Amino acid sequence: MSSNPPQNRVHLVALLNAVGPFFGLLLVLGLFSLSSEVRPYLFTGGNLKIILIQTVIVAIGALGMTMIIVSGGIDLSVGSVVALTSVLGATLLVRGCSPAATLMLTILAGGVVGLVNGLVVAGFRMMPFIVTLGMMGVVRGTAKWLAGNQTVNNPPGTPINDLMARLQPTELFPLPPGVWIAIGLAIIMSVVMRHTIFGRYIFAIGSNEATARLCGIRVQMHKVIIYTLAGLFFGLAGLMQLSRLTQGDPTVAVGLELDIIAAVVIGGASLNGGTGSILGSMIGALIMAVLRNGSNQMGWQNFTQEIIIGIVIILAVGLDKLRQSRTAR
Amino acid sequence: MSHVRKSFGPTPALKNVSFEVAPGEVHALIGENGAGKSTLMKILSGAYRPEAGQIELDGQPFVPANPLHARHSGIAMIYQELTLAPHLSVEENILLGEEPATLGWLNRPRRRKLARAALAELHHENIPLNAPVNSRTIAEQQVVEIARALIGEPKLLIMDEPTSSLTQVDTENLFGVVDRLRQRGVSVVYISHFLEECKRVCHRYTVLRDGESVGTGEMGTAGLNHIIRLMVGRDINDIYPRTPHSLGQPVLEFRALAGQIKPCSVSLTLRAGEILGIAGLVGAGRTETVRACFGLDRVKSGTVLVQSKEQTHRTPAQRLANGMGLLSENRKEEGLMLNRSLADNLTLTRYQPLSHMGFINRRSQRKAAGEWMQRLDVRAQSPAQTVGELSGGNQQKIAIGRLLHHDAKILLLDEPTRGIDVGSKAQVYKLMGALAAQGKAIIFVSSYLPELLGICDTLGVMCRGRLSAIRPVGEWTEHGIIAAAIGQPEAADK
Repeated sequence: MSSNPPQNRVHLVALLNAVGPFFGLLLVLGLFSLSSEVRPYLFTGGNLKIILIQTVIVAIGALGMTMIIVSGGIDLSVGSVVALTSVLGATLLVRGCSPAATLMLTILAGGVVGLVNGLVVAGFRMMPFIVTLGMMGVVRGTAKWLAGNQTVNNPPGTPINDLMARLQPTELFPLPPGVWIAIGLAIIMSVVMRHTIFGRYIFAIGSNEATARLCGIRVQMHKVIIYTLAGLFFGLAGLMQLSRLTQGDPTVAVGLELDIIAAVVIGGASLNGGTGSILGSMIGALIMAVLRNGSNQMGWQNFTQEIIIGIVIILAVGLDKLRQSRTAR
Repeated sequence: MSHVRKSFGPTPALKNVSFEVAPGEVHALIGENGAGKSTLMKILSGAYRPEAGQIELDGQPFVPANPLHARHSGIAMIYQELTLAPHLSVEENILLGEEPATLGWLNRPRRRKLARAALAELHHENIPLNAPVNSRTIAEQQVVEIARALIGEPKLLIMDEPTSSLTQVDTENLFGVVDRLRQRGVSVVYISHFLEECKRVCHRYTVLRDGESVGTGEMGTAGLNHIIRLMVGRDINDIYPRTPHSLGQPVLEFRALAGQIKPCSVSLTLRAGEILGIAGLVGAGRTETVRACFGLDRVKSGTVLVQSKEQTHRTPAQRLANGMGLLSENRKEEGLMLNRSLADNLTLTRYQPLSHMGFINRRSQRKAAGEWMQRLDVRAQSPAQTVGELSGGNQQKIAIGRLLHHDAKILLLDEPTRGIDVGSKAQVYKLMGALAAQGKAIIFVSSYLPELLGICDTLGVMCRGRLSAIRPVGEWTEHGIIAAAIGQPEAADK
């Protein structure tokens, strides 16, 4: 069959696109294990547990961010939303709210911010960059106001603290519930993005908004839904932050949105929209966490880490461009 | 140039191409999409390097190293897609990259003088030099593009499909420009799908097929059928095949339909099994009419009746649900999701048969896409391939395929054959005939008169937002259509 080889080529390209970020993760792990000081510790259960816990917040944020970026948008307010929801959660707990109600209200608060973002972006046809940049300030300010400019400690013994608790620090298992929640949600979102009509519409809107409109997709309504759903994820990320620090801190997670965007982009998404995957974003989040963890163990200072992570982001996207130009020819 | 060869990977894009152009000659380069015209021109303009063969310029061996070298050697290129900087002024665009300057200090008066001279040469002094170029019409932008090419005093000007987005009148103007260039001794290589056009403006022709030059000759003595035979390697006896079909009940009616700016007043009745053509100049309001009908633009006044029921204000989603489909004139920017797969593009508007409770069955999606690809003769590797990698003709088949997958009963086709090769055009015409025979109703907007006259049942002409009376196509002549399109219907009688 003469049509077979090219067909194989298409599958090969698809495969390469899928495993590209995974390969990056292996590369980063491989490079760190070159160091004889780091190697014995890097792959211990206790350290892997630390890496996974450190990934959770960025990963949950990346679930929402992937939707937004694939649809051709961006959300810069994530860090502020995480701060606000963590402060809100702590305040509710202090005022005697039940953990279940706190959980719901915290996530819902994230959803409300997302809804506002979505309504403004869709209703006034404004650039998401500007809208969410403004929202970043509004939400951060609200968080500080709500917390009275100081941290709010969780009441001791609240189950919320257990979400990210590191029990048996030398063993991989049991993993804290937060990790399992992130993994479960990632699987659900991956199916939603790939196999549901809603998911395909997200890709369609990001790939070509005019085509989506021509094809009868309610573009603006979908944008509102996308930002709102993503907001729920950011609220959950805030809850995880609250659990990890066991306190609500209005100054926490500054710049978190950039880590999340980096994870999504390392995972193969284009900021022009229309491409990206949940699996890729999750691996992107892991790469960021491994980089931090490895750098810590190498004894590198904070500024070295920042430089390295910056270079990795540029390299990852550069390689992606190179790969795309190869496949296009 | 002689025996030029160029390969990408294992498949040669050019195998054996030879042709020559004399000073002051307009030479037509004709061939289907994928015949190798673009590759050849990219070699001439220095973007690619040939693997074998010789190129001579003024008798000297010549291998352009890069586009700048080619430009300085006197070869200028006008691309099919405009390459202007939209926010810069006309003047800035004309001198872009060649700004007169002393030590980096811009000489504005001199720039103005040069730009004015270039426009004057093209008899287009009326284009304001200060205006941002995106405020001008497409035709004027093209003149700016040509003016920019003239700045380098080229010996050879290559024009790739220059008329594909121009109206009949603008096309005539362009021919005038080509004539003036020729009189100045500039040689022109004119690439076009429109054979009538080549016949009108060119002295000689070379036909490319599958990367080889298969024939060359004098344009004046060549028959169109002879050239078409060379292009496709077979006879196309009938470019405009007619499938017998009969007209049924009215399915779509406009009564004095008007949009925000255009159209002003459009009335028509479309019946089942009818192909209704709308002719007119670019800017007459044809695209706006179908967009308003489909709900993409707002309807200001007038009524739209679908199946004799009043349905004026509807969204695209509602129109699609009622079995109406629109093919956008702008395939790349509106019609298709270029970085998504064929399967995604084909099935976007109708996932219901491929899904269960919101979950899409990817296998049946691919299967459905594969079936449409086969029925429409789409040349692609697999349904998973991205649409952007296909040729224009195949892309258009995917865009049309989406309407077929949607099973639209009323099809609004806006310039369905724009920028696609002769073979694909014939397939599109045949498909339209087959659809009409199935009782589907088609509105066919086109700027190309022979195809309108060739396949429509009825035809109306738009001019300044108004649609003429719809008449059977047999009562129209090309002359009459042009006269109506420029607002002089009485001139048609003479």
